[in-house]
Amino acid sequence: MEILTDILSAMVLLMNFVVIPGLAYGSQLALGALGLTLVFGILRFANFAHGDTMAFGTMTTILVTWWLQSKGVGLGPLPTALLALPVGILVTIFILVATDKTVYQYYRRKKAAPVIFMIVSMGVMFMMHGIVRFVIGPDDQRFLDGERFIVSARGFKAFTGLNEGLSIKVSQGLTIVLAVALVAALFWFLGKTRTGKAMRAYSDNEELALLSGVNPDRVVLVTWIITGILATIAGTLYGLDKSFKPFTYLSMLLPIFAATIVGGIGNPIGAIAGGFVIAFSEVTVTYAYKKVFAYLLPTRLEPDSLVQILSTDYKFAVSFIILVLVLLIKPTGIMKGKVI
Amino acid sequence: MSFLIGENMVGGYGGADILRGCTVEVDEGEIAVIVGPNGAGKSTAMKAMLGMLRLKSGSVRLQDQDISHLSTQDRIARGIAFVPQTNNVFVNMSVRENLEMGAFLRDDDFSHTTEQIFALFPVLAKKQNQLAGELSGGQRQQVAVARALMSQPAVLMLDEPTAGVSPIVMDELFHRIVAIRKTGVAILMVEQNARQALSIADKGFVMVIGENRHTDTGKALLNNPRVRRSFLGG
Repeated sequence: MEILTDILSAMVLLMNFVVIPGLAYGSQLALGALGLTLVFGILRFANFAHGDTMAFGTMTTILVTWWLQSKGVGLGPLPTALLALPVGILVTIFILVATDKTVYQYYRRKKAAPVIFMIVSMGVMFMMHGIVRFVIGPDDQRFLDGERFIVSARGFKAFTGLNEGLSIKVSQGLTIVLAVALVAALFWFLGKTRTGKAMRAYSDNEELALLSGVNPDRVVLVTWIITGILATIAGTLYGLDKSFKPFTYLSMLLPIFAATIVGGIGNPIGAIAGGFVIAFSEVTVTYAYKKVFAYLLPTRLEPDSLVQILSTDYKFAVSFIILVLVLLIKPTGIMKGKVI
Repeated sequence: MSFLIGENMVGGYGGADILRGCTVEVDEGEIAVIVGPNGAGKSTAMKAMLGMLRLKSGSVRLQDQDISHLSTQDRIARGIAFVPQTNNVFVNMSVRENLEMGAFLRDDDFSHTTEQIFALFPVLAKKQNQLAGELSGGQRQQVAVARALMSQPAVLMLDEPTAGVSPIVMDELFHRIVAIRKTGVAILMVEQNARQALSIADKGFVMVIGENRHTDTGKALLNNPRVRRSFLGG
C-alpha cells in the first residue's frame, strides 16, 4: 500500500512540475513559433522582431487591463486581461501593418534578398523593444487577477490524501485551452477558406499564385493580421503564466526560433511540435528529480544531490543545443520544412 | 482580325532585344504553335503577350482591344491563362485544391467545370485528394493544364507542355490539347517537339532570333522543304 502511494506521489510530482508546466510553456512557444513560421512561409524572411511583437501586444493588453481594473471591470474568476486582449490584438495588428507599409513594403518592391529582410526585421526589433521599454518600463509587471488555481495543491492533497499536491493554475488551463482553440481555428482557416488557401498557394509557389489571380497585397495583409493575433495571445498567455518583462520577451526569440526550426520552418504543424519539443526538453532537463527518486527508490539508495541535469539559469542552452543539433543533423526539421 | 495578337513585338529583359519585331496570333478554337531553335525568343514572345515583359514597341490586342499597358494580373482577369514550363503546380496542395486555385477569380459555382476537367483528365479524378507534388511528371503536367482551364479562359498559353515527359505521355498530352481546342478555347503554345506540335497546329510560327522566319498553317509548314531541312531535321 505504501509503495502504491509512493509511486502515485512521484507521478503527481512529475505531473505538477514537469508535465503541466511543459504543456503550458509548450503551448506558448507553439503559438509564438506559429507566427514566426507563417511570416517565414509567406513573406519569406526570418522575423527577428517577433519576440518584441509579442512584447508589444502584451504591453498593450496590460495597459488596457490596468485601465479596466481601475474602472472596476473584471471577469470574475478569469483574468481581466482576457477582456483587454481584443484591444491588444487590434493595436498590434495596426502596428504590424503600419510597419509593413512604411518598412517592409519598400524592400518587397525592390525584391530584396531574404537576408536583407532579416536585418531590416532586426531594426524593427530594436524599435519595438525601445517603444515597449519606453512606454511600460523595463521592470517586471504582474497583471494577473481573478482566481489563481483551477486545482490547488492543498485541495488536491485533502481530496486524495497524498503527500504531494497537484496544482493547475488558471493561467495554465487558459493557455492550453486557448492554444488548442487558436490552432484549430488557424488550421480551419488555412485549409478550408478561400483566403487561407490563397495564402498556402502563395507560400507554395508565389508566381503560380499570382498567375491564378491571387492578390499579393491581400495575402501580406492577412498574414500580418494573423501574426498580430498569434503574437499578442502567445505573449499575453506567457505574461499571465509567468510575468511580463520586456527583456524576457526579447530572449524568448531563441526558444521560439529553435521551435520553428526543429519543427521545420514554414510548416505550421512542425511549429507546434517544435514548441513542445523545446518546452519539454527545457523543463525535463532543469527539473530537480531528488524528491521523485526519494519516493521511488529504497531509503538507502536515495540521492544526496538535487539530481538536476542543468541549473535553470542555463535553460536557454537547451534551446541552443537543440537548434545546433537539428541544423547539423536534419536542417529541414522533423516535419520537413524549407532548408534555410 | 485575330482573337489575340501580339504584333511587331520588340523588347527584352534589358540589354539586347530578344524580340525583334515578331508577330504571333491565335483565334478561338485554334491551336497556334511557336517553334524554333533554342534562344529564338519563343517563350519570351509568349511572356510578352502575357505582360511579363515590357515591350519597346508593338502591341498586344485581345478582341481588338489594346492590352499592351495592362499588368499580367489584369490580363489574367480578362481571360488569359498561362501554364509555365516548370514549377507549374502547387506541390504542397492536393489536386483538388490546385483546381480550386485555378478557379480563384471565379465567383460562380465551378463544380461543373471541375467535372468537365475530370472527364478530360480521368486520372486526376482518381488522385484528387493526393498532393500534386507526389504525382508523376506527366500527371503533374495534366494538373498544370487543368488548373489553367479552371478559370474557363478564352486563351490558354502553354510553355513547352511536353518538356521532360516520356513520348507516350507526350502523345497523350497532345491528344488532350486537341480535345481542349474543341471547347472553343484559343490555344497558344511554345514547343520543342516541333514535328508533333505542328501536326496538330492550325497556325505555326517558326521563329529565329526574335523574328518570324515562316508563318503558315501547321500542315503547310510540315510540308515546306526549307522548314523541314532547317528546323525539323529533314
